[in-house]
Amino acid sequence: MSSPSPGRTLVFKILRHNPQDPTSEPHVARFELEEYEGMTLFIALNEIRERFAPDLQFDFVCRAGICGSCGMVINGRPGLACRTLTSTLAPEITLAPLPVFKLIADLSVDTGEWMRGMSERLETWIHEQTPVDLHAVEERMEPELAEAIYELDRCIECGCCIAACGTARMREDFVGAVGLNKIARFRLDPRDARDDGDFYDLIGDDDGVFGCMSLLGCHDICPKELPLQTQIAFLRRKMVRVS
Amino acid sequence: MKIVYTDVLVIGGGLAGLRTAVGVKQRGFDTIVLSLVPAKRSHSAAAQGGMQASLGHSAMGAGDNEDVHFEDTVKGSDWGADQRVARMFTHVAPKAIRELAGWGVPWNRVSQGEREAVINAERVVITESAKAHGLITARDFGGTRKWRTCYTSDGTGHAMLFALGDQSIAHGIPVMERMEALALIHEGGRCYGAVVRNLVTGELSAFLARATTIATGGYGRIYKVSTNAVICEGTGTAIALETGVAELGNMEAVQFHPTAIVPAGILTTEGCRGDGGILRDVKGHRFMPDYEREKRELASRDVVSRRMTEHMRKGLAVQSPYGDHLWLDITVLGREHVHKNLREVTDICRYFLGMDPAEDWIPVRPTQHYSMGGIRTDHRGESTTLKGLFACGEAACWDMHGFNRLGGNSVAETVVAGMIVSEFIADFCAGSESDINLSTGLVREFVEREQAGLDGLLNSSNGESASAIRSRMEEIMIEQVGIFRTGSELESAVEELEQLLERSRRLSVRNRVPGANPELVAAYRLPKMLKLALCAALGARQRTESRGAHYREDFPQRNDRDWLNRSITTWPSAEATLPRLDYESIEVGDMELPPGFRGYGTRDHIDHPHSDQRHRQIEQILKAVDPNDRYARQAALMPFEHLLPEKYRPRSQRLEIKT
Ligand SMILES: Cc1cc2nc3c(=O)[nH]c(=O)nc-3n(C[C@H](O)[C@H](O)[C@H](O)COP(=O)(O)OP(=O)(O)OC[C@H]3O[C@@H](n4cnc5c(N)ncnc54)[C@H](O)[C@@H]3O)c2cc1C
Ligand code: SF4
Ligand code: SF4
Ligand code: FES
Repeated sequence: MSSPSPGRTLVFKILRHNPQDPTSEPHVARFELEEYEGMTLFIALNEIRERFAPDLQFDFVCRAGICGSCGMVINGRPGLACRTLTSTLAPEITLAPLPVFKLIADLSVDTGEWMRGMSERLETWIHEQTPVDLHAVEERMEPELAEAIYELDRCIECGCCIAACGTARMREDFVGAVGLNKIARFRLDPRDARDDGDFYDLIGDDDGVFGCMSLLGCHDICPKELPLQTQIAFLRRKMVRVS
Repeated sequence: MKIVYTDVLVIGGGLAGLRTAVGVKQRGFDTIVLSLVPAKRSHSAAAQGGMQASLGHSAMGAGDNEDVHFEDTVKGSDWGADQRVARMFTHVAPKAIRELAGWGVPWNRVSQGEREAVINAERVVITESAKAHGLITARDFGGTRKWRTCYTSDGTGHAMLFALGDQSIAHGIPVMERMEALALIHEGGRCYGAVVRNLVTGELSAFLARATTIATGGYGRIYKVSTNAVICEGTGTAIALETGVAELGNMEAVQFHPTAIVPAGILTTEGCRGDGGILRDVKGHRFMPDYEREKRELASRDVVSRRMTEHMRKGLAVQSPYGDHLWLDITVLGREHVHKNLREVTDICRYFLGMDPAEDWIPVRPTQHYSMGGIRTDHRGESTTLKGLFACGEAACWDMHGFNRLGGNSVAETVVAGMIVSEFIADFCAGSESDINLSTGLVREFVEREQAGLDGLLNSSNGESASAIRSRMEEIMIEQVGIFRTGSELESAVEELEQLLERSRRLSVRNRVPGANPELVAAYRLPKMLKLALCAALGARQRTESRGAHYREDFPQRNDRDWLNRSITTWPSAEATLPRLDYESIEVGDMELPPGFRGYGTRDHIDHPHSDQRHRQIEQILKAVDPNDRYARQAALMPFEHLLPEKYRPRSQRLEIKT
């Protein structure tokens, strides 16, 4: 277990605002905590809520880096709060909600609505060729292909790539790395009946792969370390060919 | 007052809820799914290791079929399961895997030829058949005779939940996030929907439906340390209990998983041991073979968790500032395997422990993990006592797990139950018995009662805060209603929980805003959680035997003579501080597999007086049936196919793989 220097006092500067409350103005609230070994931002935020700010809002579900609920901007960088050990940060920690997404309050944002909108536009589901016969032996798939699909399937829709993306901040309907990665995933999947022409109709414009400026903020930030850089570049080449 | 109408209200957007919604939608009914969080963030996403289905395509799974899966499940349950339901489940599980494959789940596949694996801490070579190449493969899990657990690396739940989440979007099913069901609307033994609170605005509304389904997952968070997500607070189960009509089954049956990391309580999958990982004590000694000669680290979870605790009590634990623990050693599997097939585990160790599990041992100890208990339903998934209320997934006691569920059988249950129960819900909705004739007055009454409760919390100024009571409840549960239980501890647990429940009726909150208000949420959930805790503690106190995960040190034997039954709890009235406890007997005479030795754990139980008779009867019946026709033999003992929706009755094909 990593052991931080004992007895650090952590200073949290949290950007607070509750749009539901007409009297609320965005402001930075400051809290102090004694650090202890194994402290994560999940533990710290709960302690702050318990001791100082019962109305402080944030989202945690799995608290294990699996569900993608707790994306926030940690010292200027989007990341998963639950799996961030405070010992990996300097003693002054600034926290802000992910930009681009609708603010619910404080550190809580509405990624769900954004992701559903993206999924509906990109039709991020298998477009079956023939319905599966549930009673028959399944279709075969090469083991390496199944693994390659899983590799791209690992996205947890945390929204960190969107928060880090210049295009997403400017273009409301830009599907972002999360959306482009999903297209790459379904494109790889032989069970999906769609061809490149169909995918072009979905992402062959400035809200799709041509809106991406390839600055790769997304790639460096993705907590699941998805190969976003290669996937976006590859898709772009394929889509240029179709056009 | 806002009223929303739909055909089928599904409370819960995890695997069970989403599969149910898709099922009724495919049958042409309207449905709305409610969830505390975006559906894809539901706790199902955290399932790592895999899903059991007897495909039998991997070499180590050769010869597997529904019969073997059934037997493993019933033995795992310590004979607490409803055997007909276990049969329905094992029959449909292969179909569920194949349906999910069609929806895009990238199940790992069989790769023909030789490959290395670790079995019993030794490297062995397994040869996969060329005939099976490219079919869905499986790994080993505890309490199973064949390698049967299908998986996508160690992100199985994630892949399944995203496939289902995307299917629900494809079917245009509205999923309303950050919505919490606070109470069921019911009258005269019939459920009509729920009062629902918007967690962002605080607004209450009524959702009315022909059928209401609860798929809200488990109640692990009544325990101080749990592998469960922080939202697994069991409120869905509690609102069923609070009707006073719906029954809960086997609430004392709570599973502890052997290997959660210390101190965070985050799970490392059973796949670690399934793939060959071993447990070590403070001296580095591999101790499980000393206790369980045959199954070693891969006995069922209840047994391994108990053996670990027993070993730690002998002073052989590793001591740390966060309490005692043991080691899980997966370094034996080799770096490549760990980093590729146990990737989530690698990430968890890296981020939460700052170590690499391919290099160092992982500090683990048994931790609350799964709720076998839940809303008691019939084989169709409908509440035994409240018409129009259905339940499935971890929230239900359907009851295929009895007193201990096998790893990999839970995500399998969620989708299989979703498939089966949605058909019965659709049948129910198609008939006139599902028509709703309900006065708005009644609906208003239910909404106003909830509103009054919330207003009370917001306006009272001299009550206690919820958090101290809640921590005490969590401590009591882990210390006195945990892995090892005794009558005197359970007695004091019940007593103290009762006092806590009374105190929880006089709470107040510092933060008085009616909208998004985490403190308010904690306050109104607390009495619900305490009621579940009381059901579990009281059930455990009364059950003077040991069965599956329920272990009484003062009554260490399984006692089929007196306790071959299901504990049934109901909540008598709003003022009550204790549940009512009844028992539903499990008939030996109907069993395909009468009680016996599980094959692991202690070989010591008190027989049921009818056990021998049933064994002899079975011998007689089987004499008259073709020994080579396993279907006929099964049907002669305990017919179940007629219980299934017609579309799921056909047999599942599999290739016969020879090794
Ligand atoms: C860490 C971990 C790993 C696991 N690994 C495996 C495995 O490898 N194999 C296996 O078979 N099983 C595994 N399990 C168990 C399995 O994951 C769960 O039992 C299963 O996913 C439960 O699914 P569900 O659909 O019943 O409930 P959940 O997925 O928990 O979903 C519950 C839903 O209900 C909603 N909800 C809850 N209360 C309310 C309310 N009052 N109002 C509105 N909505 C509400 C929630 O928002 C959520 O959408 C694991 C469990 C854990 C804890
Ligand atoms: S691509 Fe990565 S950063 Fe973007 S949503 Fe998915 S997991 Fe998060
Ligand atoms: S590379 Fe494209 S998607 Fe990624 S951050 Fe830059 S603009 Fe956004
Ligand atoms: S809470 Fe699930 S990823 Fe952080």
